Amino acid sequence: MFIINCPYCGEREQSEFKAGGEAHIIRPKQPTELSDDQWAEYLFMRKNIKGVQFERWVHTHGCRKWFNVVRDTSNDVIKAVYKMGEKPPTK
Amino acid sequence: MTKNLRVKTSKFIDETYKVSFKFNGTTYYGYKGDTLASALLANDIHLVGRSFKYHRPRGIMTAGSEEPNAIVQLHNNTSRTEPNVRATEIEIYEGLEASSQNCWPSVNFDIGGINNFLSPVLPAGFYYKTFMWPASFWEKYEYFIRKSAGLGKSPTVPDPDIYEHKYIHCDVLVVGAGISGIIAAKTAAKNGFKTLLLDEKSYLGGSTIYQNSENFKISNQISSSWLEKEINEIKKIENLEIKTRTSVAAFHGYNFLLARENLTDHLPLDQRKNKTRHRLLKIRAKKVIMATGSLERPLIFDNNDRPGILLSSAIEKYANLFGVACGERNVLFTNNDSAYETAISLFQKGINIEAIVDNREEIDSKLIKETEKNNIKVYKGYTVVDTTGYKRINKISIMQLSKDGQKVMGSKVSITCDCLGISGGWTPAVHLFTQSGGKLKFRDEDQVFIPDKYPSDQISIGSCNGDFTLNEILSSIPNKLKDFLNIKKTDYENLEVYSSFNKSKRNIWLLPSDKLIGKTKPFVDYQNDATAKDIKLALREGFRSIEHVKRYTTTGMGTDQGKLGNMHALGIISETAGSKMGELGTTTFRPPYTPLTFGTIVGRNVGEYFDIFRKTPIHDWHVKNKAKFENVGQWKRAWYYPKDGEDMHEAVQRESKAARDSAGILDASTLGKIDIQGTDASEFLNRVYTNAWSKLAIGKCRYGLMLNEDGMVYDDGVTTRLDENHYIMTTTTGGAATVLGKLEDYLQTEWPELDVYLTSVTDHYATVSVCGPNSKKIVSQVIPDLDFSDENFPHMSFKNAKIGKIKCRVMRISFTGEHSYEINVQANYGKSVWEKCIEAGKEFNITPYGTETMHLLRAEKGFIIVGQDTDATMTPIDLQMDWIVSKKKYDFIGKRSLYRSDTIKEDRKQLVGLLTENPDDVLEEGAQIVADMNKSPVEMLGHVTSSYYSPNLKKSIALGVVRGGKNMMGQKLIIPMENKQINVTVADPVFLDKENKRLNA
Ligand SMILES: [Zn+2]
Repeated sequence: MFIINCPYCGEREQSEFKAGGEAHIIRPKQPTELSDDQWAEYLFMRKNIKGVQFERWVHTHGCRKWFNVVRDTSNDVIKAVYKMGEKPPTK
Repeated sequence: MTKNLRVKTSKFIDETYKVSFKFNGTTYYGYKGDTLASALLANDIHLVGRSFKYHRPRGIMTAGSEEPNAIVQLHNNTSRTEPNVRATEIEIYEGLEASSQNCWPSVNFDIGGINNFLSPVLPAGFYYKTFMWPASFWEKYEYFIRKSAGLGKSPTVPDPDIYEHKYIHCDVLVVGAGISGIIAAKTAAKNGFKTLLLDEKSYLGGSTIYQNSENFKISNQISSSWLEKEINEIKKIENLEIKTRTSVAAFHGYNFLLARENLTDHLPLDQRKNKTRHRLLKIRAKKVIMATGSLERPLIFDNNDRPGILLSSAIEKYANLFGVACGERNVLFTNNDSAYETAISLFQKGINIEAIVDNREEIDSKLIKETEKNNIKVYKGYTVVDTTGYKRINKISIMQLSKDGQKVMGSKVSITCDCLGISGGWTPAVHLFTQSGGKLKFRDEDQVFIPDKYPSDQISIGSCNGDFTLNEILSSIPNKLKDFLNIKKTDYENLEVYSSFNKSKRNIWLLPSDKLIGKTKPFVDYQNDATAKDIKLALREGFRSIEHVKRYTTTGMGTDQGKLGNMHALGIISETAGSKMGELGTTTFRPPYTPLTFGTIVGRNVGEYFDIFRKTPIHDWHVKNKAKFENVGQWKRAWYYPKDGEDMHEAVQRESKAARDSAGILDASTLGKIDIQGTDASEFLNRVYTNAWSKLAIGKCRYGLMLNEDGMVYDDGVTTRLDENHYIMTTTTGGAATVLGKLEDYLQTEWPELDVYLTSVTDHYATVSVCGPNSKKIVSQVIPDLDFSDENFPHMSFKNAKIGKIKCRVMRISFTGEHSYEINVQANYGKSVWEKCIEAGKEFNITPYGTETMHLLRAEKGFIIVGQDTDATMTPIDLQMDWIVSKKKYDFIGKRSLYRSDTIKEDRKQLVGLLTENPDDVLEEGAQIVADMNKSPVEMLGHVTSSYYSPNLKKSIALGVVRGGKNMMGQKLIIPMENKQINVTVADPVFLDKENKRLNA
C-alpha cells in the first residue's frame, strides 16, 4: 500500500484513493465529427507502461478531488502529483 | 521408560513451575518457558510427525519458526483446534493438547508409510503426470490423495477467540531483537526517534543471549552478560516500544508492514477469556531497520531426514536456553565452525559428544583446538554418506571426501549415535527484505545472498546482511546507524570484541555418496518431501526456470516456504545446469513470512461486522412487521412482508394485487439522491442524460437515462427541477455512489468551466412511496394543506409541502404505473411520516410491499431495472427506449458510441417481452432462449432477465434479451430447461395499461 500526496490534503494512505486510468486523455470536443476509428482511439486505447506512467487518481474518501500522479509502475514510486489542468512536470 | 534429558538449570526455564501437557494422548511434563519441542525433547521424544508424500517418520529439526517437520494439530476436535502449529514455536501451557498430523492411524504406525517403499514410482511431478488424465478420474484420485495427504484438519465450528487490528505509526521500526536489533533500537530511541522493536520470540536477545562461552566477549564480558545489560537499559527508554511474540508477516512498499502480535497463545486456556488472542499490527514506519538474523543451513546427504537429526544450532539452543539434551550420543556434522560452538556448549553442560564430522580438511581455528582439547574426535575432510534408524537415528556412515568434493573415497566408518547435529553454514533471513522489493546480490566467497538495493528507507544489519561474526556485526553497525539515522555518534564505537569464530567454510550443495543418486534420498525440502534427485529429474526433463522447478518438484511450497532448503535447491540447479548461482536468481518469498490464522486476517470483521450494512430510517418498522430483507448494495431493503405463514410467492402475489386494487406503500429511502445546484445545472444534465433538460419547467420531474461513454446504459432515475438552478437527481440504490463519482469526474476533469455543485443527500431524506388508485385519498389526509387535484398537481410534478411542522417534498411520480406519490422528509421524520400514511391508509387496506413486489409491478409495465435487465452491454436502442435519446442535442455522454459500427448492428441483443404458451409456466431468470433445438450446436439467442407470475394479469410475464428480438414480435421461441422445453412468444415488453390510464386513475 503506497502513500499518495493529495495536492489538496497532503499525504494519505492509498486506500483513501481510487485510480482513474491514464491521464491527459481529453474528451473530444466534437465527437460527432470523428470517425469510428478516431472515436475508438479515444474510447478504448490506453497505455499500460512498465515504468513511469501518468495517471489520474481521485481522493474518494477525502476531498473527492481528481488530480494527476506520475508513478513508476514497476516499483510504485510516485515521482510527482499535480492538479487537474496543470502541465505535467517535464522531469 | 521415558527418560529425562533435562541437563542443567537454565535461567529461561522456571523449574518451580511444572506444566503438564498431552501429546498424542499421553500426559507429559515440562516447565514454564519450554516450547512444545523442548518439552518433548526433554522427554526423549523426537518422532512427531510423518512427511507429506512418503509418510516418513520425522522429528524436530530446528528450534524456531523455520521448522519444516515438527508441525502439530492443537486441541483436536474442539473449537480452538488449529493445524500446522510449529512445535518449536508454541510455548507450553497447562492443558495444552497436541497431536501429530499427516499420519493414520498413529504416528508410530502409519499406513501411508507404504509410500516410502513405493517412492521409486513417486518421482517429481508424479501427481501432475498421473492424475491429470483422464480428467473424469480426477474425482476418484482426489478422494484418495486428500485422505492420505493433507496437513492437519480445519476447525468445523466458529472461532471462539477475539482478534483485532491496530495501526501503528513510528519513526523507526526495528525487526528482530537479537544483538543487532537491540543495538539499533537503543541507538534510534536514544536519539529521539519514536521506535518500535519487534521479535517473534518470547524473549529478547536472539541467539547471543544464551551464548555462555568465554570464546565470545564484548568489552571483556561474556557476550550474553553484555547484551543482558543492554536489554535492561532499553526497557527503560520511554520512546521505545518493545513487542515480543510478534512476527512480521509482510513488508510492503512505502515501509508498510504487517505483523502478528500473539497475546494469549502461551497462557493456560482458563486465563484467555475475553482477551484478544492475536492482533494484526499495520505498521507505517518512516525508517525500517531489518535485523532478522540468519537461518542455519542443513546439509544434503542420503537419509538426512531421520528423527534425531537436527540443525546444530538448534541442539545448542535446546541445551543452553532450555537445558535440554537432544540425545545422549551426539554427533555433529559440519562444513564450518558453528558446530564447534555447539560442541563446546554441550561439553560445558556435560552432554556426551561422540564425534564431529567436518567437510573441511585443513582447518585452523581456536574453536576446533578447544574442542579437540576436550578429547572429542574430529573427522576432517569427511562426509556422512548414510544414516540408519527408522523412527530415530541410530547410526551414521561416513567416508572421506575427494579433493574436489565430488566423490567419496576410502572405507566406510560407522558411528553409533542417537542424535546428529548438522550445520551447513548460514543463510541471511532476507525474506522480508525481498518482499519489500529489495534486490539481492550473491556473495561467492561464502555462497550467500545478501541485500544489495533498498527500495525504501530501510537498512539490513547484522547477520541478515551477511555479517555473521560478532566482530563483523559490532564493527559495522555503528557507522551504518550513523549514516542511516543521520546522527553523530553511537554508544558502540570501538568496542573491544573477542571471538574465536573462523569464517572458513567448505560449501558442497549436494554431498557425494557411494551410491547412485537414484538409490538415495537426500531431502532438500523436508516438508514437501522433495529430494535432490527430484530436482535433477526436473532439470533432465527440461525445466530451467527456478520458478518452474519449484512448482514441478514442490520445493519450497510448504507452510515453511522452504526456509531451510531453498538455497540448496538453487545450488543443485546451478551445478547441474552449469549456470552461476548469482545469475539464476531466487524464488520469490511471499507473505506471510510465517503462517497467519484467519482470525488475525479478519480481525473484528466477523458476524454482523463482516460487511457493514445500511438501514433506512424506517428499518425498525419493517423489522417489527416481520419483513424479510434483501441486500441491495450495502442496504438492507424490505423484500416482502409475509403474513400468516405465507411464503415469498404468496406474499408477493397479495402485495402486488393490493397495490393495484387499492393502495401500496414502499420504503424508497435507499434510492440515491444527488442535490445539483449552480447556474449551469441544466446544461450539465443535458450533457449527462440522453434526453433534453433545458426546457423542464420548475416544479416538474423527468425520467433520465445515463450512459457510459461507450453508449451502454449506466443508470436511470427521476430528476426534479426544484428551482431555476436547483435539481434533485435520483439514482438506482446500488448506483448512488458510482453515479456521484462519475458526475464529479466529468465536472472536474472535462467540464471545469461549468458552474455546478453536487452533494450526495441520500442519507438526508427518507422517501415514502404511496401508490394505487386510493393513494391520492391517503396522502391528502396526511398532507391536508396541499391541493392534490390533477390540475394543480399533475403526474411528473413536484410540490413543497408541510406535514404539521415538518417540511416535505412531494413528487407525483410512478415506478409501478399506478397513480403514485413520493413523500421526501428529513430522514429522522421518516418513520413517523410512514406511520401516518399507514394510519391514513387503514381504511383502504394500505399494504406495505417490498422490493420483490416493486420488481413485479414495474415488470408488468415493462420498466427496466438497470443491472437486472441491462448488463453494461445494452444501449437505449437495444432496450427499445429510442424515445429517450435526443436527436437534437449535439452531444451527451455516450452519444457518439450509439452509432459505432457495432452498436448499430440489427442483430444485437434487444429487450423484449416473453409470454409463455402455458400462462402458469413461470420462466427462470437467467434461462437461455433459443429458436431451433435441432441445430447443432444449439444457437443461444439470449436469456431471460426478469420473470414473474402477474396476479393482476393472471399469467406469467417475462422480460428477456434476444438477438434481433426487436423484429421478432409474435415469433415463437423456446426456453430449454432441464426436464422440459417451455414455448414462449415474443411480445411487447409493456404488459399492462399500455395507454398509461392508471397514472391518472
Ligand atoms: Zn484530498
